[in-house]
Amino acid sequence: MTAATQVPSPNQSVINRGTPPRTQALRNFGSAYVRNTWGMIGLVVLLAFTIMALTAPVWIHDSDLSAAAATGPLLAPPQHGYPLGTDQPGRSVLLLLIYGSRPSLAIGVIATVATVVIGAAIGLIAGHYQGIVSNLLMRVTDWFIALPGLPLAISLSVVLGQGPVSITIAIAITSWTGAARLVRAQTLAVEARPYIERARALGAGNTQIMIRHVLPNVMPLILVSSTLTVAGAILSETTLTFLGLGNPTDVSWGSMINQAFTQGAITAGAWWYVLPPGLAIVVVVLGFTLVGRAVEAILNPRMVNR
Amino acid sequence: MASANVLGPELVDSEQSSGRADSSERSAFWWYLARKIITALISLLVVLVIGFVLFTIMPQNPVESIARASGKPMDAAQLAALRKSLGLDEPIWQRFGIYVWHSITLHLGYSYGYNQSVASLVLPRIGPTLLLTGLSTLISIVLGLWLGSKAGWRPGRWLDRIASGTSLVFWSVPTFWLGIILLIVLGTGVGPIPTLFPSGGMTTPGFNGGPVGTVLDVAWHLALPCVTLVLVVFAQYVTIMRSSLIDELGNPYLLTARAKGLRDDDVLRKHALPNALLPTVTVIFLQIGGLISGAITVETVFSWPGLGLLTYNALKIPDLELLQGTFVMFSASIIAMNLVADLLYRVIDPRVRAQ
Repeated sequence: MTAATQVPSPNQSVINRGTPPRTQALRNFGSAYVRNTWGMIGLVVLLAFTIMALTAPVWIHDSDLSAAAATGPLLAPPQHGYPLGTDQPGRSVLLLLIYGSRPSLAIGVIATVATVVIGAAIGLIAGHYQGIVSNLLMRVTDWFIALPGLPLAISLSVVLGQGPVSITIAIAITSWTGAARLVRAQTLAVEARPYIERARALGAGNTQIMIRHVLPNVMPLILVSSTLTVAGAILSETTLTFLGLGNPTDVSWGSMINQAFTQGAITAGAWWYVLPPGLAIVVVVLGFTLVGRAVEAILNPRMVNR
Repeated sequence: MASANVLGPELVDSEQSSGRADSSERSAFWWYLARKIITALISLLVVLVIGFVLFTIMPQNPVESIARASGKPMDAAQLAALRKSLGLDEPIWQRFGIYVWHSITLHLGYSYGYNQSVASLVLPRIGPTLLLTGLSTLISIVLGLWLGSKAGWRPGRWLDRIASGTSLVFWSVPTFWLGIILLIVLGTGVGPIPTLFPSGGMTTPGFNGGPVGTVLDVAWHLALPCVTLVLVVFAQYVTIMRSSLIDELGNPYLLTARAKGLRDDDVLRKHALPNALLPTVTVIFLQIGGLISGAITVETVFSWPGLGLLTYNALKIPDLELLQGTFVMFSASIIAMNLVADLLYRVIDPRVRAQ
C-alpha cells in the first residue's frame, strides 16, 4: 500500500487521486448521505438523544430519581418547576424521561450487537459450508422464524429471571433469523467470485476464507440491517419492560409506562406521565429507521422507490 | 383480460385430454398437501421441544416456583409429593414422551396460580382473542390494501407521501402506549372530552339487554382495542401492497391494457391489482406473529379476556405451566396460518399449481 502511494502509476493516480479505494468509497458514501434530508434528520435526532443519554448522570442526581426522597406534588400536571408534571411519588417526569433514555438505548444497541453476531455467524457458516450443515442451519432458522416472537421472549425472560440481561438475551434469541438469512444469501454471492477460488488455491482454510475474505464483503450489509434491527430491538425492550419483565427499580421509558399503567395513572387521566416516554420511543425508533433507510437507499439504489 | 389469459391454456388443455390431466393434477395436489402437513407437524414437534427445554429443563427449581405460584406455604413432604406427581424424578426422555402425549391430547398441565387445569383456562379465551384479532385483521387488510394500492399506483405523489409517512410513523409506535393514550383520552376523558368508551373488559358487569343488547355491548367494548390494533397493523399492509404494486408498474402487460384504451382505474383494478395481490397475501399470513404480539399488549391494556391477557397474568405470577400453555397455543396458531397461506397461495396463483 505504501509503495503504491509513494510511487503512483499514472493510471492509479487518475482513479484514486492518491487515496486508498476504501477511503474514497467512504467519502462518496458520506457526500451521498449528507444529501439525503430524512437520513440527516434521523442522524441529528439520534445524536441528540445519545448526547442526552451519555451526559444525564452529570446533571441528574440519584436523589432526583429516588422515589423515597421525592419532594414534588403527587401525580401533578405540568407546572412551574416541573415542566412535564410529576409521577405518583412526586418525581419530575422530565428528569425521569431524560434518565430513562439510558437503559432503552443501551439495551437496544447491545441486543442488536448480540443479534447481529449470532445471525452473522450462523449465516456465514450456512453460506460457506454446503450440504448437511447448511441445510440443518437453514431449517433451524425457518423453525425460529415460525415461532411467535413476543410469547417466546416473554417465556425466556420469565425463565431467566427479571432484569436487563434476560431481556437482552430474549431479544437476541428471537430476532437473529433475519440477519442469518441476509448474511447467508450475501455469503453465497461473495463465494461465487473468482478471488475466493484464488484464495483456496493458495491454500487458505475454511476459517481464513470466512473471516478474511467473505466477512469484509458482507460487513456493509450487516451494518445496514443492524440499524433497522436497533429500531425493532428498542420496541421489543420497551414492550418487555412495560409487561414488567425489567428490573423494577430501573428508570426506563418502558418502566415509566409500566408504572403509570399498574399504579392507576390511567384512571386518574395523568396523560403527562404516559405521553412523554411513548413519544420519546417513537422519535428514537423513527430516527434509527430513517438512518437505516437512507443508508440502504445509497448502497442499494433499486430500493429507492420503496 | 388478465383472467382470460390465465384460463386460456387450461381450457385448451382440459378440452384435449380432460380425464388424465385432471387426475394427475389432483394427485399432485394431494402430494403437495401431504408434504405441507408433514412440514407443519414437524414444526409443531419442534415447538414442543422448545417448550420442553424452556419450561421443563431450564427452570432450576420448578417445585419451588409452583409453590410460590400457588401462594400457599408447603412443607417438605408436600414438596416431595409434588415432585413425584410432576414426574421430576423420571428420566428426561420418559418425561419428554409423556409431555408430548399430554400436549397432543390437550392435557396442557395444571396452573397452580389459578388452581385450574391449563386447558380449562386457555380454551375459553381463544374465542375473544379470535374476535379481536380477526376483526382487526379484516379492517386492517381492507384499509391497508386500499391505501397501499392508491399510494403504489402513483409513487411520489402527495397521497403516496402521506401514506408512506403515516405507515412509517405507526410502525415506530409501541402498541401498548397507543392503547393507553386512547384509553386515557376516550376511556377516562381528558379536559372537555367525556368518557366515551368503557375502560376495559368485554362486557358490562350485570348488564342484561337480550341478544342484540349483548352484541352492542361487546362491540362497544371492542371498539378501542380494535382501533389500536388496526392502527398499528394496517401500516404494514400499506407498505407491502405499495411495494408489490410498484414492482408491477413497469410490466408490459399494463402498457397493452392502456393501449387497448382502458380507463386508468380499470387498468389498476383488473390488471395490476390481481398480480400485486399475490405476494401480499402470503405476507399477510406471515404477519400473524406480529399480530399476536399486538394482541398480548392490547389485551393487557384493555383487560380484554383473551389469551394475551392470560399470558400477562401468567407472567406476573409467574406461572410457568400456564405460560407454556399459551406459548404452545400461539405457536400452533402461527403454524396453522402458515399452512393455510401455503394452500391458499396454490389456489390463487396458477403458476404455483403448474409446477
